[in-house]
Amino acid sequence: MTESLVKIRNLSKLYPTGGGGFLALSELDLDIPKGAFMGLVGPSGSGKTTLLNIIGTLDNQTGGEIEVLGHKVDTLDAKQSAALRAQKIGFIFQSYNLLPVYTVYENVELPLLLLKMPRAERHEAVMQALKWVGITDKRKSRPNQLSGGEGQRVSIARAMVKRPLLVLADEPTANLDTENSYNILDTMLQINKDTGTTFIFATHDQKVIDYMQRVVTLIDGKKAKDDLKTGS
Amino acid sequence: MFLFVLKGLLRDRSRSFFPVLIVTAGVLVTVFLIAFMSGYMESMVRQNARFDTGHLKIVTNAYAEKLSQKPYDLGFIETEAEFQQWQEDFPSIRWTPRIYFGALMDVPDAEGNTLEQGDVFGMAIDFSDPSAVSDIHLSEALVQGRIPEAAGEILLSEELFSKLQLELDSTVTLLGSTLYGAMSFRNYIISGTVSFGVHALDRGGIVTDIEDARAFLDMPGGASEYFGFLPLGVYDDDAVQEIKQEFNAKYNDEDDFSPQMLALTDQNDMGFMLRYMGFALGLITVVFILIIGIVLWNAGLLNSIRRYGEFGLRLAMGERKHHLYNWLIVEGLAIGVLGSLIGAALGMGVIQYFHVHGFDFGVFTKDTSMMVENIIYTNLELKNLLLGIIPGLVSTVLGAMLAGIGIFHRNTAKLFKELET
Repeated sequence: MTESLVKIRNLSKLYPTGGGGFLALSELDLDIPKGAFMGLVGPSGSGKTTLLNIIGTLDNQTGGEIEVLGHKVDTLDAKQSAALRAQKIGFIFQSYNLLPVYTVYENVELPLLLLKMPRAERHEAVMQALKWVGITDKRKSRPNQLSGGEGQRVSIARAMVKRPLLVLADEPTANLDTENSYNILDTMLQINKDTGTTFIFATHDQKVIDYMQRVVTLIDGKKAKDDLKTGS
Repeated sequence: MFLFVLKGLLRDRSRSFFPVLIVTAGVLVTVFLIAFMSGYMESMVRQNARFDTGHLKIVTNAYAEKLSQKPYDLGFIETEAEFQQWQEDFPSIRWTPRIYFGALMDVPDAEGNTLEQGDVFGMAIDFSDPSAVSDIHLSEALVQGRIPEAAGEILLSEELFSKLQLELDSTVTLLGSTLYGAMSFRNYIISGTVSFGVHALDRGGIVTDIEDARAFLDMPGGASEYFGFLPLGVYDDDAVQEIKQEFNAKYNDEDDFSPQMLALTDQNDMGFMLRYMGFALGLITVVFILIIGIVLWNAGLLNSIRRYGEFGLRLAMGERKHHLYNWLIVEGLAIGVLGSLIGAALGMGVIQYFHVHGFDFGVFTKDTSMMVENIIYTNLELKNLLLGIIPGLVSTVLGAMLAGIGIFHRNTAKLFKELET
């Protein structure tokens, strides 16, 4: 049986509101194996981003259990969850979130600086990541000199540069045109195949959904469907 | 990581250029104000010491009680032996006798009748002692004529001399009273005119030799005050207080005419003034820290709000909140160091200019009796530069610390969420 990278049991998340609270996730059970290329889909407010945040140790559940990379999320203190994110989890965002004052190279280098990696190793890793996404020639450019597709490629390189076990991508193609969306998805799928990195997407973009090996549909915080595509 | 943060700081003008500009301006103003006030204080001390208080002064107990009235009739007479002894007891101090007195000056016409009369304030010094002459910068203050060389010669303030339309080498008569209250009058030849740059003295002062004054006031071998000056010419209150205590313990008793030593700070409210000025300097520094701190706090807050996305990203990448906060403080410190150094360098340039050329303050002091030079020179000292730099650093760090607190108050997921907004 394939090893589970993420184990979720009876997970719930309640946001306190004036009217007693909003239940963003409820009674959720999910196992995500290592090497998965899967999507969390559903309409806005269905709990996709909340689940992604909890898997990414940026937030805690209010009920149930979740284990990420062998760690129970609610038992991790700030230092431990930061270390887990720094070493093993990468994030890709809808609007890329590149730091505008730094070059492409420096943006990709940042996660390695936080890991205190020696300069020579850092350089090698950054160049490798830029090569993966095919923008080595843009390494000296600033984010405002890049197209949308290039910006998202840098964002992928930044997520991948530390060779994480898990990459969480929240609507990665939302700001891209069709051609760039396919290019980005091809790139991520190739990395998934080459490195075995697990990718979890939160999306409602059909183009992305078509690329997924597994699609978990959330509605009102509950798992409505869990489709495993055969032959993917 | 430091280079990474520094690069970001330098490239983002809203995070570096404007805060640096604020700190630079603040440090420049503070450094200059401190140098100016320090120069003003020194000028006040210097002028008071020269003309009124000395660094130390020996007077009689009775004279000390009415010090502001300069009651020469309560001064010393026939104290040559005692004066000799005091000089031997305190050889490091340079002593000189002086008599301050008031008189009526009568200006005669060609036939010897009174043409004009006016009050004058007399200062008698020992013209035979070159140090006594240089103490009051007499050569520099001389406007016309020469320093008296013979008995019966006086110097008149240039202002009074012009007002009465007098001529050099003309004769004037001083009318006054002796130590014993008898009427006294004596003719003097005006050998020259002086302007000390102190309006209190320049309005109607005369300078005469102490032997002439002794004869005029019937004070043989006497003085109203014995001035003492420290060897380096710079006032040192600790040293002065020590000497004063030693002298008074040895010579002062209950008798009205017993000698009593006074320090500069015991006279003319100078002690209060110096403490007040010191307090004012401290206050300026604190106010600067507060104002610039608030400005930078505000700028930092706006910056932090603008950078919440960046903070969220860095947290998502595994950076810890306190690590992020520490880097904000490092950024603040870097801005503080840069702004303070530029501000101090510019401040030094401005201070240097006014250290050489000075400010003409005469227009503000002409109607006062304050002993302040008409031209105030800024005090160019490393200490003053440091006093301006320290608040520059403190305010930027304080501003960054206050602004960065928001990182801790915001939930990580919330910061992360703000990446998308």
